[in-house]
Amino acid sequence: MLDHYLSLFIASVFVENMALAFFLGMCTFLAVSKKVSSAIGLGIAVVVVLAITVPVNNLILTYLLDEGALSWTGVAGAENIDLSFLGYLSYIGVIAAIVQILEMFLDKYVPALYNALGVFLPLITVNCAILGATLFMVERNYTFGESMVYGAGAGIGWALAITALAGIREKLKYSDVPAGLQGLGITFITVGLMSLGFMSFSGIQL
Amino acid sequence: MSAATPKGVLLTPLFKNNPIALQILGICSALAVTSSMSVSLVMALAVIAVTAFSNLFVSLIRNHIPSAIRIIVQMTIIASLVIVVDQVLKAYAYEMSKQLSVFVGLIITNCIVMGRAEGFAMQNGPALSFLDGIGNGLGYGLILMVVSFFRELLGSGSVFGFSVLAPVQDGGWYVPNGLMLLPPSAFFVIGLIIWVLRSVNPEQVEENQFQMKENSQPKEAV
Repeated sequence: MLDHYLSLFIASVFVENMALAFFLGMCTFLAVSKKVSSAIGLGIAVVVVLAITVPVNNLILTYLLDEGALSWTGVAGAENIDLSFLGYLSYIGVIAAIVQILEMFLDKYVPALYNALGVFLPLITVNCAILGATLFMVERNYTFGESMVYGAGAGIGWALAITALAGIREKLKYSDVPAGLQGLGITFITVGLMSLGFMSFSGIQL
Repeated sequence: MSAATPKGVLLTPLFKNNPIALQILGICSALAVTSSMSVSLVMALAVIAVTAFSNLFVSLIRNHIPSAIRIIVQMTIIASLVIVVDQVLKAYAYEMSKQLSVFVGLIITNCIVMGRAEGFAMQNGPALSFLDGIGNGLGYGLILMVVSFFRELLGSGSVFGFSVLAPVQDGGWYVPNGLMLLPPSAFFVIGLIIWVLRSVNPEQVEENQFQMKENSQPKEAV
């Protein structure tokens, strides 16, 4: 059982890296990777939000939206209700709400962390990696335990990728790049090379 | 943008101010579907539909949205439209919707849709906003089609599934470049497209933060 979770974790961090294999969270990935310190801040925020939202959305799916999921209410005919078409709307609502709650919670109880993450938290609602992980969880029928591991793993993988990219870009700004490739262009090429590097993990199977 | 003529609104996002190439918006969901042209065409149509109609609806109710909750209102409109698109795809093109997998759902968090709703539709009338949505959707679709054209042509030697460069396994001469079907190639192709676009329009080149000092003359170094 444990090795199943471990292999899922490794796969979600390295093999199916959110940013480099599925292009998720690209907008923030490119915009906030100019400095290592802010990249780490955003990375931690993504790990926290993913580790919470994926399991919560899993509960929402199992107990509210899936076909026959409402049968625990005991209402007659509830087992025939299939609300899964409302999925997108509910997931994005849950994500927005959790980010908001997390922001208020941190502001009240962990002000140091709140100040460090402050700017990045609201950005996360529209980060495709968050919604993407939830949708992958739905598509692959993860159980509650699996979705906890997957959420944390996907977040760590994303954080790893953005921190590595920020490290490269900090050095890159001193180099002599052709005019047209300056800035965005060379960043894309760099990300491509990183993605190529991460592909070498694809044979790993625990 | 002050050029709010219908034609300008429709055409500027295509080349001059392309949402993907210049504003780096909405690449999140874009690149994963570009390994085959027909899939990216469907994706582009879906995004055009969602952007156009979300702009239209946001613009219609823009004077009634309290500004404190406008993001949530826009998000709800966009998510509902994406649900419609998803259901239509599942009903009429089931195979295609399987291939697009989660990326239809990810249109919700596509920055273009949100950005246009917030940046254009909140200030402009419904007709103009609708056109602006179509224009930005087309600009997105254009890049998507260009990227997928190169990836499919070089990766499997075909265009829209029709074999153009006869691949070796069917007795032809072209050895398909498998790398083009893998994720890294999408980054390379986009990077090169940006290079081309910026070489054509030099004013879009980003400022170098740290200008290199010219190398010292060889005779000084000796």
